[in-house]
Amino acid sequence: MMHRLLFILSLLFSVFAKAELTIEITQGIASSIPISVVPFQTASSSSDGGVIDDVISNDLERSGHFAVLAPEDMLSHPHTEDDLYFRDWRLLKQEYVVMGVINELADGQFQIRYQLFDVFNERELLTQTLRGTKQQLRDVAHRISDAIYEQLTGIRGAFSTKIAYVTTNPERTRFNLSIADSDGAKEKIILTSKYSIFSPAWAPDGKRIAYVMLEDAGSRVYVQDITTGKKQLISANKGLNSAPAFSPDGSKLAVTLSKDGNPEIYIVELSTRKWLRVTNHYGIDTEPNWMPDGKHIIFTSGRSGNPQIYRKNLETGYLERLTFEGNYNARARLAQDGRFLVLVHQAQSGGDFHIASLDLTRGLLQILSSDTYLDESPSVSPNGVMVIYAAKHNKRSILAAVSVDGDVKFLVPSKSGDVREPAWGPYPN
Amino acid sequence: MQNMGWNKLFAVSLLSLAITGCASSGGTTDEAATTDTAMEESQTQAVPGSPDVDVVTEEQAQMAANPLLDQTVIYFGFDRSEIRPEFKDILNAHAAYLVANPQANVSLEGHCDERGTVEYNLALGERRANTVKRYLVVQGVNPSQLESVSYGEERPAMVGSDDSAWSKNRRTEISYQAR
Repeated sequence: MMHRLLFILSLLFSVFAKAELTIEITQGIASSIPISVVPFQTASSSSDGGVIDDVISNDLERSGHFAVLAPEDMLSHPHTEDDLYFRDWRLLKQEYVVMGVINELADGQFQIRYQLFDVFNERELLTQTLRGTKQQLRDVAHRISDAIYEQLTGIRGAFSTKIAYVTTNPERTRFNLSIADSDGAKEKIILTSKYSIFSPAWAPDGKRIAYVMLEDAGSRVYVQDITTGKKQLISANKGLNSAPAFSPDGSKLAVTLSKDGNPEIYIVELSTRKWLRVTNHYGIDTEPNWMPDGKHIIFTSGRSGNPQIYRKNLETGYLERLTFEGNYNARARLAQDGRFLVLVHQAQSGGDFHIASLDLTRGLLQILSSDTYLDESPSVSPNGVMVIYAAKHNKRSILAAVSVDGDVKFLVPSKSGDVREPAWGPYPN
Repeated sequence: MQNMGWNKLFAVSLLSLAITGCASSGGTTDEAATTDTAMEESQTQAVPGSPDVDVVTEEQAQMAANPLLDQTVIYFGFDRSEIRPEFKDILNAHAAYLVANPQANVSLEGHCDERGTVEYNLALGERRANTVKRYLVVQGVNPSQLESVSYGEERPAMVGSDDSAWSKNRRTEISYQAR
């Protein structure tokens, strides 16, 4: 029997005044692994060494899989093996210990060496030496979190990834498309507009982002280069131009157009601008998403009378309905190599909209988000573990996250305005 | 804003009717021609509330007198896009006006409440605009007078997350671009 713990933890990112998002973990798993991240030893005062162990602790805690011991509850703060007494950590019921040393190099860069120990077996599991500038210390810390997470869970870590989202002022007169680290830090606005921006979609290389801008004349699809900021108009047909999704190889974009009368899915090859029509039905067809094989598209269709998820084989044209349970199933995203769908769900009896997962092999639907309201726009982390989505909380639009198994939950409230339309980016190269 | 503009035009029409008395009873082509001139005049002069827009036919004045024309928002049920019977009189009035005034054109702006997904709502908003468009076309309106656009859930008429706000937001707005 899994007993669920309720943690209410406000992780402080106040040091980084620019970060607009904070994270409140609302539910972790009872079987979380006890781990200690000892404050790293730092030689110079300028290295801001505290960043590294703080970020690692927060990453591990936020995953829901770890219970991180506070530094003040530790019996000692070792930095090297000579100072490490496993007996102390067993006494504190810790299973793993992370420790490290930060050195400033002659060129002004920093060298970070860390070690991960198994307390019970009294052995080193992992050691790595990384380097980076002062500005890269958070990135280095996320890399360390990724490695520790993978070593201990067998799943690739996704702490080094980025999240795109849209922020709006309460008057809805200014829309910002922003990119931040997966913990909400280092926010960067990549587009500001008086027009509503939605459906941001990452290219698999993480270098471009597609989105919809709702101008006075209607919706338009753009692709923007993240580093140069250059945006390219992809589609401005009569009617809808919406719901972009990059193919797994990044060469094509699936979009929804209604130029031929009603919303249908099309695929455009970005280099040649050759268009291919995928669906043909008088009902609404929209929200395309590619299967990892690049040969199937899943999409939302209203052809049965209300929105449900369908899958089309692009080679054979074979069409299959995937969702049957519920009054409203829309905007499906894939998790874990396409074994799970994560979608917006409303029960047959009506009621609130929640994020649900559907196990495609077993046909089981599970509601994942029951304590948020008006849930929409689910986006899955590249390791298939977490879903970030938008919800209403205290009359504000906020981001929230839940694990695909429903065990871990956290809220990502914004300090100002509304946040919507999250899109979890790919692994960094 | 829209309604104010409409009322102003309506008032001007009545006023000019009173001044000029019974105007022409000519054929439809003449009518169209005179109204074209009136449109151009009112645009180029651009004097707010100017009573110079005096060439208005009786038929148009009657049309303008129809209070149903002041109603420019058609509401829908949740996840629905078919026209409810209670809105047919309003749409019939607009259809009659548009048929009688071929120079007039409207933008049909479809909207949704915030529930459900952003993209599905964008598509649903277009459907709401298009069912109104189809209804008007069936009543004889020239499709070239009608432009439909969807704003999905992005431009709510009423802010709020309850039934009263939602019911006000599921709508198609009939917005006259030219009378």
